[in-house]
Amino acid sequence: MTMKEATTFATAKLAGIAVAMFAFGFALVPLYEIYCQVTGANGKTGDQYQATEQLIIDESREVTVQFLANNNANMPWQFRPSVRTMKVVPGKMYETTFFAGNITRDSMIGQAVPSVAPFHAAEYFHKTECFCFEQQELAGGDQIDMPLRFIVDPQLPDTVKTLTLSYTLFDVTEAVRASIAAE
Amino acid sequence: MSAVIENHHDDHDHGPDKGLMRWVLTTNHKDIGSLYLWFSFAMFLVGGCMALVIRAELFQPGLQLVAPEFFNQMTTMHGLIMVFGAVMPAFVGLANWLVPMMIGAPDMALPRMNNYSFWILPFAFGMLISTLFMEGGAPNFGWTFYAPLSTEYAPPSVTYFIFAVHLMGISSIMGSINVIVTILNMRAPGMRLMDMPLFVWTWLITAYLLIAVMPVLAGVVTMMLMDIHFGTAFFSAAGGGDPVLFQHVFWFFGHPEVYIMILPAFGIVSAIIPTFARKKLFGYDSMVYATASIAFLSFIVWAHHMFTVGMPIAGELYFMYATMLIAVPTGVKVFNWIATMWKGSMTFETPMLFAIAFVILFTIGGFSGLMLSIVPADFQYHDTYFVVAHFHYVLVPGSIFSIMAAAYYWLPKWTGNMYDETLGKTHFWLSFIGVNVTFFPQHFIGLAGMPRRYPDYALQFADWNMVSSVGAYIFGFSQLLFLFIVIKTIRGGKKASDEVWDGAEGLEWTIPSPAPYHTFSTPPALPARAH
Repeated sequence: MTMKEATTFATAKLAGIAVAMFAFGFALVPLYEIYCQVTGANGKTGDQYQATEQLIIDESREVTVQFLANNNANMPWQFRPSVRTMKVVPGKMYETTFFAGNITRDSMIGQAVPSVAPFHAAEYFHKTECFCFEQQELAGGDQIDMPLRFIVDPQLPDTVKTLTLSYTLFDVTEAVRASIAAE
Repeated sequence: MSAVIENHHDDHDHGPDKGLMRWVLTTNHKDIGSLYLWFSFAMFLVGGCMALVIRAELFQPGLQLVAPEFFNQMTTMHGLIMVFGAVMPAFVGLANWLVPMMIGAPDMALPRMNNYSFWILPFAFGMLISTLFMEGGAPNFGWTFYAPLSTEYAPPSVTYFIFAVHLMGISSIMGSINVIVTILNMRAPGMRLMDMPLFVWTWLITAYLLIAVMPVLAGVVTMMLMDIHFGTAFFSAAGGGDPVLFQHVFWFFGHPEVYIMILPAFGIVSAIIPTFARKKLFGYDSMVYATASIAFLSFIVWAHHMFTVGMPIAGELYFMYATMLIAVPTGVKVFNWIATMWKGSMTFETPMLFAIAFVILFTIGGFSGLMLSIVPADFQYHDTYFVVAHFHYVLVPGSIFSIMAAAYYWLPKWTGNMYDETLGKTHFWLSFIGVNVTFFPQHFIGLAGMPRRYPDYALQFADWNMVSSVGAYIFGFSQLLFLFIVIKTIRGGKKASDEVWDGAEGLEWTIPSPAPYHTFSTPPALPARAH
């Protein structure tokens, strides 16, 4: 191989590594998504729960579930859980609501994002129905009681006595309107 | 600007072009090395002025001199300019000058790409520095530019910042490809990899690190660009993204980056200490393996910059243990340098002073790093001045001292003139005292709880802040002495021999001083094997 050929091959290989690492950087986005879903490491609870098998109801233990509601940044809505804490039996379905009120005069769209603490308990908290699965549009002055249905998995480690489900409410009005306009 | 004089070679009867276009169009590794080094020195002074603005404001408690918004621009730009404009280009400049000469090659493998790699930088930094004069001001979100501060809440200049980072990244990647291809393909016949000088080894490994992680930095700033301008939500929780994702991707680049900024320094010190101890480098093989281990480990410790984001305990423990592990190969290197000096016949010219100071002060920086790696302790130290003290110790009396050591060590080869030894020693002692007075007290205020990136502070931190600011001005102004010394040496001085230093080994000392414009047009015959 001549020097010129050797140089060309080596350069091409190294440039290829650079391009591959650029792609890897972007690949980290879904990779982290998967990692966090599998391990529950960031407290995210995942999408709507489909019961794959009948869950065993474990009457022998009681888990306390607390509910928190926060507004992000300048989101002006009223937002609070209707019940602050519930004692639940793992395996049974429970229902509760969150109250949201648009105190401005204009129609707005909100998005609630859930988080469960402790993080490792997140994968055992299943939501069969949640207002966080959709964006909520409220006209100015409107109020709504939003439903949440959940089951605590009986496989929840024994060390977890209390679960805290926290929602943060974001104002996505502009983002939604912009993406509709783009279509 | 003629640091290199063209003379007596038989196969060329022309020297370098005359005039400005020589520098614009040059493909000569010596010219390009000089361009990088001068660019780096200029950026060092610009970044240094920003540090002096910071230290002036922090001289006393209260907000006296600059608005907090401007202070944030100073801390951000100081970091960006020093990391990307001073340290990295200086090491690339040294690589350009030295690697071909050390391996007996006539030039770099891709001389024209080499030219592009350099000339991208003044353009990129011109753009970055011009953001200071833009509406909304310069980037103000720290050199680590976490989202969403750098996306949703950033000034309009963030877009120019992103373009500048893209350009610097392209420059680094092209430069690294050049270094690797040169080293792997163009060594003099008979020079095995394990015969190469340590500076060449450390640059080979650094270049691989750069190719691996600079594209990830490019990815993360592209994601930022998309979040800011194209409605995506990589880092915005409202849209289903995550600010912590930014930190993971950034530090996946960021941690190897700091090793990129120190490995060439290890190579420089490994060249200088044996010369002035008149003794072979102790443990050459283990030095190579240690460098490779440090580089490998640097990929798997990134989250030690993120101990307080809420990672599960298992993750925190893993990153803690992996980080502490890096101290082992680093310690091997430090002990090898000391063993090199043991029973050596030592003299203490300026390069050796900087090199020995490097070993001691970098080790101190390493110790504070070890303290930071301990998770429960880091919960207290994180984002305090203790962190600032740590990284300034490894970067300033670490990387920067090694660059100064390299300049003094090789200037006689580059220019044909000896630098003024008395002035050099003066510069060293002023810098040594300045750097320690500036940064040692920052350990104390950090441990006492002063947060970093703050333009003002509680009264209990006042005394050490004042001391630190005094040290900063001593250090800063003594760099003007360094500038004077470098220019003086280029213009004249005691003539240097080919070997320059009694005890110097390596191919670069077999060619004349100043090094002819073209060297090793035919491959050299190698001296008898040392090991």
